[in-house]
Amino acid sequence: MFSEMIRKKAFGISLAIFVILLLAPSFLSRFYIYFLAVIFVTALLAMSLNLCVGHGMLFQFHHGVFYGVGAYSSGLLLAKTALPWWMAFSAGPLAAALAGLLIGIFCIRLNRLYFGMLQISLGSLIWAIAFRWYDLTGGDDGIHGIPIPDFIASTTSSYYFVLIVLGICVALMYLILKSPFGSTLQAIRDNPERCAAVGIHVRRHQLKAIVIATFFGGIAGVLFVVVEGSIFPDLLFWVLSLEIFIMCLLGGWFTFAGPMLGAAIIVSLRTFVGTYTEYWTLILGVILILLIFFLPEGIMGYNYRRLLRSRSKYTSESPVE
Amino acid sequence: MEGGQEITIAALSSTFLVGLSRAMILFVVTAGLSFVLGVLRVPNVAHGSLYMIGAFAAYSISTFFGGGSIGFWLALVFAPLVVALVSLIAERSLFCHLYQREHLMLLLFTFALMLILGDLTKIVWGAEYRSVMAPAFLQGSISVFGSPFPRYNLFLLVIGPLVAIGLWLFSTKTKMGKIARAAAVDMEMVGAIGINVSWVFAFAFVLGCLLAGLGGALVSPTISVTIGMDHNIIIEAFLIVTIGGLGNMWGALVGSLIFGITQAFGVLLLPQFAIVFPYLAVVIVLTLKPTGMLKSVW
Repeated sequence: MFSEMIRKKAFGISLAIFVILLLAPSFLSRFYIYFLAVIFVTALLAMSLNLCVGHGMLFQFHHGVFYGVGAYSSGLLLAKTALPWWMAFSAGPLAAALAGLLIGIFCIRLNRLYFGMLQISLGSLIWAIAFRWYDLTGGDDGIHGIPIPDFIASTTSSYYFVLIVLGICVALMYLILKSPFGSTLQAIRDNPERCAAVGIHVRRHQLKAIVIATFFGGIAGVLFVVVEGSIFPDLLFWVLSLEIFIMCLLGGWFTFAGPMLGAAIIVSLRTFVGTYTEYWTLILGVILILLIFFLPEGIMGYNYRRLLRSRSKYTSESPVE
Repeated sequence: MEGGQEITIAALSSTFLVGLSRAMILFVVTAGLSFVLGVLRVPNVAHGSLYMIGAFAAYSISTFFGGGSIGFWLALVFAPLVVALVSLIAERSLFCHLYQREHLMLLLFTFALMLILGDLTKIVWGAEYRSVMAPAFLQGSISVFGSPFPRYNLFLLVIGPLVAIGLWLFSTKTKMGKIARAAAVDMEMVGAIGINVSWVFAFAFVLGCLLAGLGGALVSPTISVTIGMDHNIIIEAFLIVTIGGLGNMWGALVGSLIFGITQAFGVLLLPQFAIVFPYLAVVIVLTLKPTGMLKSVW
């Protein structure tokens, strides 16, 4: 009952935030609009990873690869072919989902850590190809100045585009998680043996979750191209993958919106701390250690629990675990 | 085949030897990783950073002693000890408080350690390229079937098996080694018979990191020592222990051989995509044998 109230409240809050963000370009400077757009892209990426990690308990260690595949396939089609923009844009998520399916088929047979390791290995294979294939991908320089369609070429219009796509994707992810499929996925996370015993095809379900998550990761990749107009192999490197993993944990990986918060915090820190010091990863490391020791459920997880606890003081209802 | 060398018996054999000596360095590093993995059950992401610190420390020590052969030998001894000290501090001050927690938290801690150590290395040593001189009698090359083979790599081919034998003797013949092996199999039982588990963990962690430092010191004369060498080695090391079988020292050896030799032949056959070959080998091994070549201790 109270969690229902929280949900209504959360819906109201997120609607309010969405409206404020829609109005933001009228009172923010260009830099901040760009900065918010970067946060949105990263937020979508972290949300897509959390479909696997938080809701499916799959150790998707190399999610950055699918982001990169999405960015590379749409970016290359925009830069090297005369295909209409919508085809290039839809190629991104589809290629990412295909990569997710192929890598998933290999990885899904393995458990936990082996799953993550094989994924890192297969992902590094894709990274190595992007890194080395100079003729196609520009190697370690990447490709810059990708032609973006006119209607989203300016900072403000790309901001709106990214914001609206993020809104749609988040709504879709919410619906997916609330659907029978999403409930089953979370049931598998909590007790895979019992799920298998009642006749759920555990592996197939997890594979579907991976494909969905990589599809959204690919969309985030396309949005990256829209915002930055460039692609480079760091998008596929495993350090980025671990960074998004941290975003999920920081925001709260058992909550729905947590990863967005985590992404916003990490991107803000990187942007603002990065202007004062080049030792940004040192600070990221210290944050992570503080997080591990003091806030293992992430910020949203902590607040959600505290909210439930404070409510349960006034009623006899025990907090939902 | 463009850019590749002509394939002759000489080229093949020297490629094989180069791969073998590369595998020896990989083995020293991954044996340490595998040891930590076996006892603590944690993939130590900071292992690559410790390897890098080992290489930088080797540079500083050998320069301090004039860069000659005495400097090199002292670096080989003391650089791993510096790394062991760093890891001991990290373990006793922070890491040891996490042993009761979820595994993912341990993994994330080592990741945080990697981020911190990476930047600390940059602060201490700067971003320039450094090089370490091998002692005079290890410089130059000898001829193998008519093609040149660096003497230093020959030295690596001797060191690798020595480390393997040393580790084997340690884990089968000494009391501490036996405790560590027992801890890898059944931690609770080790605690139940009155052994301080936290110190066994500390010991295993420090020993593993010492090997990372040794690997770094060994590799330092063959490459230019720089920031970022941690990122490449750690992925390679993870893949090697995965294909070898998690926590199995001989698995680390087999994995290193596969990785080093496929890499060397990749350079011979298709230089532009040489780094693809070892990854491909990993994929093939894991597809055929998902839990690695040898028995995992997990």
